[in-house]
Amino acid sequence: MEMLPSWITWAPLLGVLVLLWIPRERTAAIRWVGVLATLPSLVLSLLLYVSFDTGKDGVQFAHSLHWFYLPVLGEKWDFQYSMGVDGLSMPLVAITGVIVTLAALASLYIRQRQKGYFLLFLLLEVGMMGVFLARNLFLFFLFFEITLVAAFFLIGIWGYVNREKTAIQFLLYNGLGSACMLLAFMGLLILFRSLELSRLHEVMHHSGALAQLSQSGGDTLLWGIFIALVIAFGIKLPIFPFHTWMLRVHAEAPPAVVMIHSGVLLKMGAYGLIRFGVELFPVQTQAAAGVLAWLGLVNILYGAVLAFSQRDLKRVLAYSSVSHMGIILLGIASLNVYGLQGAVFQSVSHGFISALLFYFIAALYERTGTTQIDQLGGLAKQMPVLSGIFLAGGMALLGLPGMSGFVSEFLAFLGLFETRPWVAATGTLGLILAAVYTLRAVMQTTFGPLHAGRERVKDSRWTEAVPMLVLLFFIVLIGVYPDVIGKPMQLTLQTIISRMGG
Amino acid sequence: MEKVLLDYDWTVMAPEIIIAAAAALLSLADLFLRENTDRRFFSWFSLAAVIAAIFFTVSRFGQQPYEILGDTYRVDDFALAFKTAVLSGVGLVFLLSAWGVRQEEIRFRGEYDYLLLAAALGAMIMTSSADLITLFVGLELLSISSYILAGIHRERYASNEAAWKYVVQGGVASAFILYGMSFVYGLTGSTNLYTIQQRLVEAYQTGYDAFVLLSLFLMLLGFGFKIASAPFHMWVPDVYQGAPTPVTSFLAVVSKTAAFALVLRIVLVGYIFLYQMQIWQQVVEPVLLVLAGLSMVIGNTAALHQTDTKRLLAYSSVAHAGYLLVPLSTLGAVLFESTFYYLIAYLVMTMGAFTVAALLEREAGHGNISGFAGLSRRSPGTAAAMTVFLLSLAGIPVTAGFFGKFYILMNALSTQHFWIAGIMVGTTVISYYYYFGIIRQMYFRPPASKDRMRVPMVPALLLVIGILGTVGLGVVPEWAVHWIGDLQWMSALTPLNAGPPGP
Repeated sequence: MEMLPSWITWAPLLGVLVLLWIPRERTAAIRWVGVLATLPSLVLSLLLYVSFDTGKDGVQFAHSLHWFYLPVLGEKWDFQYSMGVDGLSMPLVAITGVIVTLAALASLYIRQRQKGYFLLFLLLEVGMMGVFLARNLFLFFLFFEITLVAAFFLIGIWGYVNREKTAIQFLLYNGLGSACMLLAFMGLLILFRSLELSRLHEVMHHSGALAQLSQSGGDTLLWGIFIALVIAFGIKLPIFPFHTWMLRVHAEAPPAVVMIHSGVLLKMGAYGLIRFGVELFPVQTQAAAGVLAWLGLVNILYGAVLAFSQRDLKRVLAYSSVSHMGIILLGIASLNVYGLQGAVFQSVSHGFISALLFYFIAALYERTGTTQIDQLGGLAKQMPVLSGIFLAGGMALLGLPGMSGFVSEFLAFLGLFETRPWVAATGTLGLILAAVYTLRAVMQTTFGPLHAGRERVKDSRWTEAVPMLVLLFFIVLIGVYPDVIGKPMQLTLQTIISRMGG
Repeated sequence: MEKVLLDYDWTVMAPEIIIAAAAALLSLADLFLRENTDRRFFSWFSLAAVIAAIFFTVSRFGQQPYEILGDTYRVDDFALAFKTAVLSGVGLVFLLSAWGVRQEEIRFRGEYDYLLLAAALGAMIMTSSADLITLFVGLELLSISSYILAGIHRERYASNEAAWKYVVQGGVASAFILYGMSFVYGLTGSTNLYTIQQRLVEAYQTGYDAFVLLSLFLMLLGFGFKIASAPFHMWVPDVYQGAPTPVTSFLAVVSKTAAFALVLRIVLVGYIFLYQMQIWQQVVEPVLLVLAGLSMVIGNTAALHQTDTKRLLAYSSVAHAGYLLVPLSTLGAVLFESTFYYLIAYLVMTMGAFTVAALLEREAGHGNISGFAGLSRRSPGTAAAMTVFLLSLAGIPVTAGFFGKFYILMNALSTQHFWIAGIMVGTTVISYYYYFGIIRQMYFRPPASKDRMRVPMVPALLLVIGILGTVGLGVVPEWAVHWIGDLQWMSALTPLNAGPPGP
């Protein structure tokens, strides 16, 4: 039971082993093994969620094994394989489990080289779960890089026309982010001789140790590390000037991969910002909160305005992601429990919503062969169920009360109004714009006259409808009963904030 | 007390003697065998000799340092470690040659093997001598054998061109080294590194400081050529491309390792006093760091638009020389450890990559990167192996290359050299582009022909060794790190106390 985080992380490898033995011609078997192989992790992560003690602060299910020593000048620097889960990672692990399984179902649209696809897909899951569950920075970095390489292949082989360019751009941009992260982690290693999160917490929240450090000129170094971390996770999130790669990925990757990319991978940026920024560098975060808030504002407005003028449905959603990630930044910048809760809520909620919308896109592309808005229209007559789901997803995206988007936006803005009312007030413009671009996209695809040549488009099969309804169920669940994810993270976030002295 | 020749324990030289004997034996056999006899077993024989030499080298670990004839031959942990690495590299090259060098292509199949053994012998001397004369002899033995090996494919124009360029530029480099050494001799009156160590300080303090630095920089000029660092890298792409692939892998792996052993030994033993006098930090370190930075930038950017696999790997080798120079210039706490670890990592991943390159060269008949197209369809195993090697070369976890870079970076950061760490990390990201360029060919492009590619036993074995090494060193670095960390590296820097020969 204590080893649960490790089981969750490595379980997909079981599927990898099985897949390796299936000849690549047997596509049906490969598909089903690929989908089934995501189930152990899902079941275990739900088990983790159920047995997670919400009344306890700190890391649970922690376990660590000795990995290796690095002898440096007679000292031995210890590198541990440490895993564990706390209130911040719990919700993210749970949605990763859910989204990966559903994305595996959406991967049934993949028509070629299924064996390689599912191998990499499962590897990607290992990486993502590991990122959220690792309690050692070295280990975290390894998992982070696994997601990078796996996603590179998934985009580059199974994407649309410009897949190669997109994959390489994805790789270089994120490689740059990883490079910054690596430098930052190594800086921490050299300052504190350990990359254990628990150990780093001790030092970073021990005023004596910090004072000693700043006397010896470590302050600038700490700032350097902090900035490198913000850039690293800022590229992943992405924060405004670093967002171009992510637009391409949204437009060019296969929809099932975008479900994961938008639903989970981007959230690694948010997770990193909170985990390594807010939690580890409270002083620096406080000082930089103003900048973060402005960056968030730019993200919201820029994303929203551009989403409005896109002709490709995928690009509308891509820009809306930029906008919604801005809300996460605002939540973080508010530096209070509401704001942070909003940020995590937004991560989870946007994960579900974008997974749902891209599932819809996958189904849509399967039927019409296009996602250009002006070549669609009137689809509600031909596929009422799918259109209904799309409408519901759109409502969630624009933040309709009763759905998850509302809760998260409400919390994030509530937090920010406390500290920076003007920024928050301007940010709400983004919410209005969100309603405009979402409704425009939904209306123009599903209502109006049917586009010529679409008379034979069929409505959803049950294999499509059920996963989408599952996603919708979670969206509504969080909307009406936010405690499902609010409860586990409550204490952790409170501790983070209280350490800040706020 | 005067020692007579027979007072020395000559068994410590067993590895060198074995290699020399094998080379002599093969050269005789070559004479007596008929011209059209298949000489492929020469490679197997040489491989056996190398394995025996490795055995004798490894069995000496843990014993006291020992020297013969006033340090002209010296075994300490430094020498043993580098010799093991050199010999392992040579062994892998012979394995590759046993399959990849064909008599119908290279007429001098016999010469090939014993020249390679001679080169290996030179490399071994470079690792385990502390006298300028023997070190230089080792260097020249390695270099001259390599010149011939680069041009051994006599019918091919590229091979001739490679040999020609290599001879000319290599000769110039050797001349610079020799010129620098002559200054050292002039200043100190000795060729023994430990005597030099003492007397250079005096020379420096008595007004000859400019000459001391001049001698160092003249030698560094030549060393820069031998380790293939920028801006002395002009020969690298042409020679790597033109030479037969097993020879290229030898140049990349063995020559580089031996050259680093030589550089570390001479520079650190002879000039370490500059560090205590703060001159190192002011003069030498900036120069070395600029060399390192230039190598990384030039190697990694020039590799971006290469279309020939070996040429691409050549520029990658320049970049790696840059990474490897960082610990030497910053002199951190884990200088030897990180350099050596990286060299082993480089050995396994580069040998793997060259094996795949050789396979495809034979299969496609050319060395262009397009030969990789669709490899994942034609031979999934080979493609996966190459992916592992490339990821490692690009420094992506969980591979040997990543951990090696991590180790080097740690050294650089702990000595507060942030900008070189920044360049290293930045150029590494640039290098993703061309390493992944090959991966793109293998996985994203359709194959030229549909038939599966057959991988013979020997290259397959090499690939397995490469993968085990690359992944093993990355996932469980502890084994290697501990072994390396326990070695008495510093014994290389101090002279033996005169005493009776060991037991």
